[in-house]
Amino acid sequence: MSLELFVFYVLAGVAVGAAAMVISSRNPVHSVLFLILTFFNAAGLFVLIGAEFLGMVLVVVYVGAVAVLFMFVVMMLDINFVRMREGMLQYLPVGALVGLILLVELGLVFGTWALVEDVTPAFPAPAPDQVPNTRALGQLLYTDYIYLFQAAGVILLVAIIGAITLTLRERKGVLRQDIGRQVARDRAATVELRKVKVGSGIQ
Amino acid sequence: MSIPLSHYLVLAAIIFTIGVFGIFLNRKNVIIILMSIELILLAININFVSFSAYLGDLAGQVFAMFILTVAAAEAAIGLAIVVVYFRNRGSIEVEDINLMKG
Repeated sequence: MSLELFVFYVLAGVAVGAAAMVISSRNPVHSVLFLILTFFNAAGLFVLIGAEFLGMVLVVVYVGAVAVLFMFVVMMLDINFVRMREGMLQYLPVGALVGLILLVELGLVFGTWALVEDVTPAFPAPAPDQVPNTRALGQLLYTDYIYLFQAAGVILLVAIIGAITLTLRERKGVLRQDIGRQVARDRAATVELRKVKVGSGIQ
Repeated sequence: MSIPLSHYLVLAAIIFTIGVFGIFLNRKNVIIILMSIELILLAININFVSFSAYLGDLAGQVFAMFILTVAAAEAAIGLAIVVVYFRNRGSIEVEDINLMKG
């Protein structure tokens, strides 16, 4: 067994085990941690196959952003997770059945497919010792895929605005500074001049 | 390459199945369902990247990057909805989510 194959088996085994723990762990915090482990191993597999840029992006985006987001939500919400696990065994048989059918179908697909004889790549990858993977991907992304790249940016913008508008709320009974109102105040609305008779005072 | 393509395909199939199984297993917990969806998307990415590497075609890796983007946006929006729902109802059980009578 070559070293590459050995590394593949270690990474793949840990990834599958961690993925199984994600869905079966009792504590959702542990689930998130196992999700992080799965993504780390997948990143290792990507590096092993020669897609090192995607591997690093996987670590940055998933481990650095998405998993931390999950962690925040799990820890901030006060949820009774024990109640949520009730009836889990009830769903186990049908879930196992669907999973088994799916696995068999995927096996049939992957076991019987064959490549066309003279397949020509749409965007041939340059040799890794001449052009690094990151540069090759960038050269493709900023030229042929520029519109899709911009569309991906728009998707992220929509996600930002959507998440903020969904979760922003005005609390009642909390004193907040409203700069717009402060600036819009004029003298007539706040100051009143009165003639006061000597000795009688003012109510 | 010393690792056959079929190894990567089998790995992706297993992780995909685990993700689908997770949705069935944790039918009550929205957060775990979201994590299962992330697992499914990871399996798809593994497929894309392995085919890209073995066919010598970079388009697959570009596509995997777009999937990554959409997955991140989906997680952000999904978790925001979960937070808002928890604020309104005090629970995130899937069975309680019946406001729209769907």
